[in-house]
Amino acid sequence: MSDASTHVTIINTGIANTASVSAAIERLGCPVTLTHDAESVRDAPLVVLPGVGSFGAGMRALRAHGLDRVVIERVEQNRPLLGICLGLQLLCTSSEESPGIMGLGLIDADVTRFPATVRTPQHGWNRVDDGHAYYSNTYRIESIPPDWSGELSEHGGAFVAYLRRGTTLACQFHPELSSTWGAALLRNWIEITKEVSPC
Amino acid sequence: MLTRRIIPCLDIDNGRVVKGIRFANLRDAGDPVKLAQSYQRHGADELVMLDVSATVRGRSAALETVRAVRRALSIPLSVGGGVRSVEHAIDLLQAGADRVGVNSAAVDNQRLLRELADQVGAQCVVLSIDAARRIDAAGWEVVTRAGTRRTGIDAIGWARDADSMGAGEILLTSFDQDGTRSGYDTQLLAAVRSVTTLPVIASGGADSAQHMLEAIEAGADAVLAASIFHNQNTTPDRIKEQLAQRGIEVRRS
Repeated sequence: MSDASTHVTIINTGIANTASVSAAIERLGCPVTLTHDAESVRDAPLVVLPGVGSFGAGMRALRAHGLDRVVIERVEQNRPLLGICLGLQLLCTSSEESPGIMGLGLIDADVTRFPATVRTPQHGWNRVDDGHAYYSNTYRIESIPPDWSGELSEHGGAFVAYLRRGTTLACQFHPELSSTWGAALLRNWIEITKEVSPC
Repeated sequence: MLTRRIIPCLDIDNGRVVKGIRFANLRDAGDPVKLAQSYQRHGADELVMLDVSATVRGRSAALETVRAVRRALSIPLSVGGGVRSVEHAIDLLQAGADRVGVNSAAVDNQRLLRELADQVGAQCVVLSIDAARRIDAAGWEVVTRAGTRRTGIDAIGWARDADSMGAGEILLTSFDQDGTRSGYDTQLLAAVRSVTTLPVIASGGADSAQHMLEAIEAGADAVLAASIFHNQNTTPDRIKEQLAQRGIEVRRS
């Protein structure tokens, strides 16, 4: 499946776990570019917004490179974007993790902390659909917001496993670390986006 | 529901797997990539790699090993052993580790975990605690330098502080049980479980699914073992089958 349209651009604003994301995509036969250049991200056929670290630091890094506007533009124009973990949360309105910091506002939801009654961070494999996905998170959104479809998982109550709208896919789990189940999900995202957005 | 994790551990010296390896195909023995792939195929939920190299050259070989394993592996990888600085930890993360374990250096420099967490997020930081039963009193103390130094630090208090120090997980090794193959120190696990909400990985002493069940019942979120997997006595999948029969939620691949 390696051709120009399956070239995947990974937004690299810090030290996120870009090595794992790159490796997972390269195993599917797709070439990968890491960049924080706004123009490259705007023009790329497929873009991944990964992320570990705090909500505030993530937003600062996006703004510092003018990537906030580019990501908003891509999602509004239904141009392929995959958000992973913090990459999902940054698309939301705000986060309890970094009060006072505005998110990208593409998903009408506030990110909140898991209740104190469950193991935090959530480290490990949790059920999604028919499989298990690997999570590493302390914050999450609690329900599927209007205008998005998606699936829930369970950890101290329901929380959002992933959201989907058009060619935007936003996962709270790490598909790049979710073994064959995650690889199939990544492959589907790349294939679906290839059908709807010829580049 | 979050499943309990089964974690094989590889000791790496100079980029090669060491300790207790008895493979039929000797040509492949010690190749960390082949071993990692085999564990993944047989149901490992993640891998821990401990660098036991004593030299600078061994350290850089370990970095190359992390890169090679990362390229092949689609499950999480934690790396520890001799991590003494934020720079070293970041090198490991950039090479492809998802989490970095800090042990002796966290005792020597109590700000290290926080500095690391501020840069990479607490979910990437593991506090490795080697705990030994005190010789003439109740309880456990933290030992460092592969058990050669007894610090006098109360291991339970140390575990309680892990969260505020910047760790996102605890790798708890019983120094007394390690290598005995007679089961985890379940009293130690229960004591640590009662003082922290962080995930706890049990380590040291595993020889059977029964031992792992006992550790989980004592509060472990994950169980780590080395020799029972290296010796090909069993696989993570077979352990999970046995745990599932006892009502423990596991990921079946």
